[in-house]
Amino acid sequence: MKAAAPADQRTLAPPERRLARVTGVERLGAYRLLSVLDADGPTDPRPGQFYMLAAEHGWGGGADERPYLPRAFSHARASAAPDGLGLQFLLEDVGPGTHRLSELSPGDGLWLLGPLGIGFRAPAPGARPLLVGGGIGAAPILCLQNELPKARALLGFRGAEHAQAAALFAGDPHIATDDGSVGRRELVTEALARALDSEPRASVYACGPPAMLEAVRALCSGRGVPAQLALESGMACGYGACFGCVVPTREGYVRLCVDGPVLDAAALETALFPGAGH
Amino acid sequence: MLNGSGTFDAIAARRAFGDMLLDRFPFDAFVSKTITAEPRQGNPPPRLWETPAGLINSIGLPNKGLDGFLASDLPQLAELPVPLVVSVMGFSRDELASLAGAACERDEVAMVELNVSCPNVETGLIMGADPDETARALERVRPVTDRPLIVKLTPNANDPAAVARAAEGAGADAVSLINTLKGTALHPRTRAAWLGAGSGGVSGPAVRAIALEQVRSVAAAVEIPVIGMGGIASGRHAAEFMAAGAAAVAVGTESFRDPAAGARIAAELAGGAAPG
Repeated sequence: MKAAAPADQRTLAPPERRLARVTGVERLGAYRLLSVLDADGPTDPRPGQFYMLAAEHGWGGGADERPYLPRAFSHARASAAPDGLGLQFLLEDVGPGTHRLSELSPGDGLWLLGPLGIGFRAPAPGARPLLVGGGIGAAPILCLQNELPKARALLGFRGAEHAQAAALFAGDPHIATDDGSVGRRELVTEALARALDSEPRASVYACGPPAMLEAVRALCSGRGVPAQLALESGMACGYGACFGCVVPTREGYVRLCVDGPVLDAAALETALFPGAGH
Repeated sequence: MLNGSGTFDAIAARRAFGDMLLDRFPFDAFVSKTITAEPRQGNPPPRLWETPAGLINSIGLPNKGLDGFLASDLPQLAELPVPLVVSVMGFSRDELASLAGAACERDEVAMVELNVSCPNVETGLIMGADPDETARALERVRPVTDRPLIVKLTPNANDPAAVARAAEGAGADAVSLINTLKGTALHPRTRAAWLGAGSGGVSGPAVRAIALEQVRSVAAAVEIPVIGMGGIASGRHAAEFMAAGAAAVAVGTESFRDPAAGARIAAELAGGAAPG
């Protein structure tokens, strides 16, 4: 067995998918925030864990017979609801799976498997957590902020449409955009570099596109700052069955679904993987 | 109801689902991932591509090798509540025989499945693509054990029924089919091969009609039991494979959509799901 993570970073999932109900859909610029009632699942998923999602209907029967496989999403929020657990997922319509999920309305059924994988580990005593989210990768960072309310959040987006997701964050997150339409025109990793200059005890938590994660990894590695990266890779199953989601680490290939998706940056030579970010 | 080899890792699944997996284990027998003599890290990523109603994978048989499997995986698989079938692949007939023999020395192993979808380095031929090659391999393996031997047929053979007959003639106790069909996918922008290994194997509902025909023709050609698989996603599909001559069925890609798919499909079949 690999990398014995503390048990509390992995809430176990029931060994079958279950039907949850969409309770709300909120438009946030380029994104949708899908609210779901999970009546039959664990009520304590960890930030950074994920669920496999598939619409109850029209999954496999759409144009080109896709989507077929479920899609992996880290939850953006999890909160107790009267009849179970309220989960929120941030999504952007970028392919056949996310397109179908974007069509869902309140009352629709959603297959859920999860929570899966290993979530973020708590910062070491005395460490100052810094949260870094890029684009849709803001989702698990938002979830983590709920546990680390004092942690500063640095968010990067393409432009104003995407930056609307920043409104979900508490406090006053730093916003960087590619086009300067909102916040500062810079890369979020430039903001991270400044933050690291002024915070020697930082412990970084990041999720975002591969190029951003690689920049975070290189920055933190150069300064000896601990960093945990929530990574993404094409996944078929989410529970270790297909061996499809491997990423290269210093110790060889690991399956992101059972050994991640959160990995220590120090375990990686690079966060730029073949196929990542497609 | 079995799992297709390489489509369910019970050890990883137990990490995700805990002992709930043992209480609600979805298969009546468990087929291991294919074990090779030496450890393999598998193919470079990317390893997956979603197709219309299916999946192309190029995983490359990552495994700990025989010694690692026996020392580390087998004791964990022995805790499963069902009989264990160990899948082995050798790159020569001797290697195949020695893997099968080593697996069968362990009481935890109920049967061995021979994955013959690999080239024999002695002849350059895919063992399972040719009746003669298959018969020669079986002739080498059969004397090493009395335990049941299943031959996993490749659908990429010219005549799977002839290969099945050859396996039966050389002492196989059962055949299973289909393995994945060769396929590839191109990067949507660059048009270069998407998969790290260049090509892979297609599975899922996309291959079901092909699998059903191969099961039908093989079942008509042999007396030994046929384990049918290939895109089975419901009790109705399972009933079709049984009607085509399968004595048992296996689920593979559908488990990726739902780890409990095997149990659900078995229940639908037991509940009287009719073919067609």
